Amino acid sequence: MKLTLRVWRQKNADADGAMSTYEVDGISSDMSFLEMLDVLNEQLILSGEEPVAFDHDCREGICGACSLVINGEAHGPERTTTCQLHMRSFQDGDTIDIEPWRASAFPVIKDLVVDRSAFDRIIQAGGYITAPTGSAPEAHATPVPKPDADFAFEHAECIGCGACVAACPNGAAMLFTSAKVNHLNVLPQGAPERETRVLDMVTQMDAEGFGGCTLAGECATACPKGIPLVSITRMNKEWLRATRKAGKR
Amino acid sequence: MTTYADYRTGEPVADTKAPSGPVHERWDKRRFEAKLVNPANRRKHTVIVVGTGLAGGSAGATLAEQGYHVVQFCYQDSPRRAHSIAAQGGINAAKNYRNDGDSVHRLFYDTVKGGDFRARESNVHRLAQISVEIIDQCVAQGVPFAREYGGLLDTRSFGGVQVSRTFYARGQTGQQLLLGAYQALSRQIAAGNVEMHPRTEMLDLIVIDGRARGIVARDLVTGKIDTYFADAVVLASGGYGNVFYLSTNAMNSNATAVWRAHRRGAYFANPCFTQIHPTCIPRTGDHQSKLTLMSESLRNDGRIWVPRAKGDDRPPNEIPEDERDYYLERIYPSFGNLVPRDIASRAAKNVCDEGRGVGPGGQGVYLDFADAIRRMGRAAVEAKYGNLFDMYQRITDEDPYQVPMRIYPAVHYTMGGLWVDYDLQTTVPGLFAIGEANFSDHGANRLGASALMQGLADGYFVLPATINDYLARNPHQEPVTDGHPAVREVLAETEDRLNLLLAVDGDRTPDSFHRELGELMWEFCGMARTDTGLRKALERIPQIREEFWRRIKVPGTGEEFNQSLEKANRIVDYLELAELMCLDALHRAESCGGHFREESQTPDGEAARRDDEFGYAAAWEFTGTGAAPTLHKEDLVFEYVHPTQRSYA
Amino acid sequence: MARTVWDSTVGKKAVMAVSGLIMLLYLVAHMIGNLKIYFGAGEFNHYAHWLRTVGEPFMHYEWTLWLIRIVLVAAVVAHATSAYQLSRRDIRARPGKYVHSRPRASYATRTMRWGGIILGLFIVWHILDLTTGTVHSGGFQPGHPYQNVVDTFSTWYGNVVYIVAMLALGLHIRHGFWSAAQTLGVGSRARDRALKTVADVLALLLTAGFVAVPVGVMTGVVS
Repeated sequence: MKLTLRVWRQKNADADGAMSTYEVDGISSDMSFLEMLDVLNEQLILSGEEPVAFDHDCREGICGACSLVINGEAHGPERTTTCQLHMRSFQDGDTIDIEPWRASAFPVIKDLVVDRSAFDRIIQAGGYITAPTGSAPEAHATPVPKPDADFAFEHAECIGCGACVAACPNGAAMLFTSAKVNHLNVLPQGAPERETRVLDMVTQMDAEGFGGCTLAGECATACPKGIPLVSITRMNKEWLRATRKAGKR
Repeated sequence: MTTYADYRTGEPVADTKAPSGPVHERWDKRRFEAKLVNPANRRKHTVIVVGTGLAGGSAGATLAEQGYHVVQFCYQDSPRRAHSIAAQGGINAAKNYRNDGDSVHRLFYDTVKGGDFRARESNVHRLAQISVEIIDQCVAQGVPFAREYGGLLDTRSFGGVQVSRTFYARGQTGQQLLLGAYQALSRQIAAGNVEMHPRTEMLDLIVIDGRARGIVARDLVTGKIDTYFADAVVLASGGYGNVFYLSTNAMNSNATAVWRAHRRGAYFANPCFTQIHPTCIPRTGDHQSKLTLMSESLRNDGRIWVPRAKGDDRPPNEIPEDERDYYLERIYPSFGNLVPRDIASRAAKNVCDEGRGVGPGGQGVYLDFADAIRRMGRAAVEAKYGNLFDMYQRITDEDPYQVPMRIYPAVHYTMGGLWVDYDLQTTVPGLFAIGEANFSDHGANRLGASALMQGLADGYFVLPATINDYLARNPHQEPVTDGHPAVREVLAETEDRLNLLLAVDGDRTPDSFHRELGELMWEFCGMARTDTGLRKALERIPQIREEFWRRIKVPGTGEEFNQSLEKANRIVDYLELAELMCLDALHRAESCGGHFREESQTPDGEAARRDDEFGYAAAWEFTGTGAAPTLHKEDLVFEYVHPTQRSYA
Repeated sequence: MARTVWDSTVGKKAVMAVSGLIMLLYLVAHMIGNLKIYFGAGEFNHYAHWLRTVGEPFMHYEWTLWLIRIVLVAAVVAHATSAYQLSRRDIRARPGKYVHSRPRASYATRTMRWGGIILGLFIVWHILDLTTGTVHSGGFQPGHPYQNVVDTFSTWYGNVVYIVAMLALGLHIRHGFWSAAQTLGVGSRARDRALKTVADVLALLLTAGFVAVPVGVMTGVVS
């Protein structure tokens, strides 16, 4: 199939960006979206232009590197990552708009590549269980009820791609932050740091310049891993609980 | 004139660090004999760690917990994205929670046997011992392993073994283990013990007075090339499967760190030992940029078959039962669909070569769940494999609940890597290699669910114990500065290389060269290798290399974010490594594990090892680009698991 | 603790939720009181007078009413200030718009900010109209609320302003109530349907209950 692509081009963080239009031909419906961009880039290199920069790595939907807003939707029309989106979701002759994640906490580095290090700093603020190597007790010493283990897993599935921030009208990182808080706070191993974790992570989230939550629900709709909106509710509960407990101390 | 294939055999290389004595006491003995660094002095030592996968992430976190100053690098935008994240199936540990007869010794035995007797017994036994601690460590970090209703950990059996020792977190075990390590690392970054450099790629190793003292790395955002100095350097940069262009590796996984270390004196061992994974989604066309693995766990319930007749192009559901060939169950009745990866892969290749392959181009076999759905019910199959089925459907647009999946082998893992001793130190003092980057534990074939185990064993437990010994014995190394002639030289070489890539301004893209090399390697150094084929490849690779330097086109400059330049620079190293892989495959005129030489097979087509001639690990020494390398043999001694022809019949 | 709450986006949202619920509670009482207008001037005016004498003899005349007013003013101020500060933050966090825009979120979610501003302006008008009488259309008579209400809804603009505001109120409550539950952490997957239903019912009842007054005047049932 033949497509018209309108792609956000931006030389670097300080430059102004704009949409540029390109035509690509000979696209097969079995190609992934990123393979379609590979075709465009091969074309651009040979014609002496700079290829479009975009983040990608595993191309199997798990590393969380790929990050495109396609026709106004984070990761495009299917509920999956951009690398797992296939061209069969588009029609011959379509015009496709491709933009980077837009949020002030995710500044553009080049073209479609953004800086998501704010997420790393949120994790550094408390998204871990303190268990230095060698200090672990026997794994079966603390059974974890299956529903809790499943709950933890469901939230641990977050790949940190940032689609939630990209989709949120307020550029909020609540879904990302809540996923990690919920994963660790429900486990008995996570209990000793339960309060400090949620308080510190939310403080860091705010410090990074993410917006607040208005429960628009766009984040959960965009999430390729299906982290539910109620994850945020649960974090709010943890936060209020922690604030009350900290107040009593 | 000597050609590349006229290699010289040098002095044997020996592992001098593994203690003697009963195999199960060696690790304790080594830990006791290793010198320690006084806790107060540890912060005076800087250790560079390259890579943040399971091995690098766990090593960085643990070294920092011990008190060392760690400077860590990854090319990804975050240490959470290393390709360990894509491992699906699980992690082995000899916990024997099922009471099914498992033990440390059995895991040791299975791994040595699975590796087709080309691994070091001491290392493998240590790995089996540590496997138990890894699970404890990960659970303490909050890794959400699958659990049973009683709240205890669930396990499953995995390709090539008959006990249920694989711990898993649905189909995302690698992700969960990696996030555990990443979180531990994050804690140390926040504490200021780890200085993390994401989007920074190692381009060379700095060796001063024969010791590894730092690296040259490029900031991928600004393009700035910088030097970083340390008392020891740890490479945890993963495998080199991307030499084949199409593999299950991440697009940017590369061999530059290990190859540059090799050029600076580290021996490269068994480069031809690559693992071809049997259950990948077949390629659909020339546009294909990478291959996707379907977890091997699918073989627990799926049945593999092809039509009995050649060229049978009926849809699978219309082929009656008696016209199907469940070839693994037929040839290997006791292991059936669960034979080790190399055997399953080669069997798939054989039936496809016979013209019985299915799907586009006949490059595929069926993996059928119809029986499992009948037996367990659709809901149970969905609970067990739902996410894998979804992934398959997304990629192929076919519903595996209705139509059998199509699978085909693809390059997945490289058992070869930098040669290391028992301490995981390379032949360059102060340079360590851990995880897939080293060659140590899997021999000629890796068992399923053992890569995660090895990465974490190296990073959490082995390296943090052994690196102490090196640092304790070299406590006061001269500080290094940019002014040192050796540093200036490495830096200039790196800059020249990148400038040259930018200056050629030819007419071919980096990908076109990568693809060409990959096709060549897959054809001649893939699942089945021959003397003629490998010689052909050895003739062709220097030609591609020459053409590369004449016709490569890299747009943009070096002083900016430039993905084409990154790619081209990695291909420079693939073009040299590929040559060594072919030479290693050529010299090893036997079949073992993932290395199958057509000249060396049993009458019924199984791999025939030749222990008398090739019972060694081949460690290659670099002598110059395109120049014949020197082979150093490390003889493998088997005191506990005696080599037998592997039999899975 | 107050500092922690006010300094955090999550805490500020909790302030909005609690103040919103206080106002919601008040509105339910207010709406029920309003409906007394259908039972004639006597009953309505008597009710209005009672509001000033609640709590006697413990409370002095109008003390309870003023207490309620103070709480309400505090709630409005807290609600509006948090909303203003959070909105500014949200806009800063997402400065650039996508070139390819598409409709996002539900109608009620998107109208929270504008709806809030409309309601704020309405409250000012409403107090100046029926409490102080400053902008009242007829001759404002303190102590005769029945007549005052009839006067207000005898003008077209009184009806328009009031009905538009009440529709905005409905939408505001529809998202606001459910949202407050999430912010305060009482939502869950199991409870989600129930919470949404309660929000819908509350929004509908309050809008209908309030709009019933101008409708009554317009149709002549109340005069």
